Amino acid sequence: MRRALRAVVLGGALHFKQESRNPFFLWIVICTPLVYATMAYFLFRGGQDDATLVTASLGSALMGIWSLTTTAAASTLGRQRRVGILELLVAAPTPFWLTIVPITLALAALGVYSLATGLIYVTVLFGVPVTIANPFAFCVSVLPMILSMGMLGFLFCAAFVRFRSSWMVGNLFEFPVWTLSGMLIPIAVLPVWVEPISWFVAPTWGMSALREAALGNASPWDDIGMCIALSVVYAAAGGALLRVFLRSALRRGTLALS
Amino acid sequence: MIRAVERRLRVFAFGGLLSYRALFGWVNPYVFIGVMVIPDLTQIVFFAYLGRATGIGDDTFFLVGNALVAAAIPGLFGMADTISDERRTHTLSLLVVSPASRLSLFLGRALPIALNGVAVSVIAFAGGSLILGVKIPLTAIPALVVVIAVTAFACTGLGLVNASIGLRQRESATISNLIFYFLLLAAGVNVPLALLPDWLATIAQGLPVTHGAEAARELVAGARLADVAGLLGAELLIGAAYALVGLAAIRAFELQARRGASLELA
Repeated sequence: MRRALRAVVLGGALHFKQESRNPFFLWIVICTPLVYATMAYFLFRGGQDDATLVTASLGSALMGIWSLTTTAAASTLGRQRRVGILELLVAAPTPFWLTIVPITLALAALGVYSLATGLIYVTVLFGVPVTIANPFAFCVSVLPMILSMGMLGFLFCAAFVRFRSSWMVGNLFEFPVWTLSGMLIPIAVLPVWVEPISWFVAPTWGMSALREAALGNASPWDDIGMCIALSVVYAAAGGALLRVFLRSALRRGTLALS
Repeated sequence: MIRAVERRLRVFAFGGLLSYRALFGWVNPYVFIGVMVIPDLTQIVFFAYLGRATGIGDDTFFLVGNALVAAAIPGLFGMADTISDERRTHTLSLLVVSPASRLSLFLGRALPIALNGVAVSVIAFAGGSLILGVKIPLTAIPALVVVIAVTAFACTGLGLVNASIGLRQRESATISNLIFYFLLLAAGVNVPLALLPDWLATIAQGLPVTHGAEAARELVAGARLADVAGLLGAELLIGAAYALVGLAAIRAFELQARRGASLELA
């Protein structure tokens, strides 16, 4: 247990530092909230309602986090394959999932840049005062939100271990999750049948937790609980998928070729 | 003389085709669908619902804007990749020392990308209108195809500028994203130009897609091709200007890179 925790913490810190120096990743987490917050500002007609703009800035920040997680996590194994270390990582004594989880968690954790950018940008450029109604709950809700996004990234990473074009998956899920999870569009606007689907998408609860903590309209703790619960589900599903796919790849000798 | 022309045409046609096939790794069609079709359709749905939430523009406004800007993805990313992929596979130096005409080489690479942009945009238009239930008048379709083709050409022109930057900058994907996001924000794709600050609306007049999207919206609203000839002309002119600047910049940056031996280091 301690060894697993050590692998996650040290691996996460290492990858966080490493990915913080990737210009493309930094571009995604910093510019996505800038562009979408600006777009929201214009579309919501120049901020007649501060609460809407605060929500939009939080939403655009989460869009940046998801964009990076889905793009980078889905292609994580592809990158390992390309640099020729995938087989070594699989053969290492550390369980393979313990190698992957820190990477996807670190990618989601880069989202703190996105969150900071979104809030500072809206405050400085548009003069919208960002007052957090419940600062303690807000800070607490950031962690499960990052955890849930990281674990969803892990699930994607595991699900596409057999595909050489796994990088493509990031593109596929970017807009659907943005749409489903109420980051910029209220879920009430979507068709009724969509809402139950959004319950299974952790960013929905992460967004809800941050919004409730920031605006103080309702308690964010239920949402935080849902984030943690879904993270466990994603981790279990991702671990199981990874096991099945890796066994299959090892049996066929297609790990590097798939 | 005839042989020289023949050689140039060969580089243009076969070089372009081979480069295009290598560019997207078209082993399976699902890569095309996954990269170019589904993301565009989900983007259309996202912005249509954002439009419903904000009450700005109807579904048609967002369908037209996003279907047209879909042509920019192959234009921007595809053209940038013609340089960055050569660098990644260590063939950029070979390309630069080859005697092939740069004009034939890069125009040959641009043509399939522009055609790809047309195909992607048409699919996005058709798929988006089916999903959102937007009715496009049948009589407007031939004129819309013309607008899409002109917009795809203009986007590929901008892509040539983007490709030239790839000779000086390694992070071509970042720059492509930056340009694409700017188009989404400022080219009247999702935010009506009237809602933008004046300075941004003025910049938008020099961007590809701005006039194409306006022309397409007018066609869907019942205008004839002749009614939007001015807008089409502006889009064409903008595309041609970007293409010329791009080709000149490629030549200039290539010479600069050869002089400074910085081709692989950029």
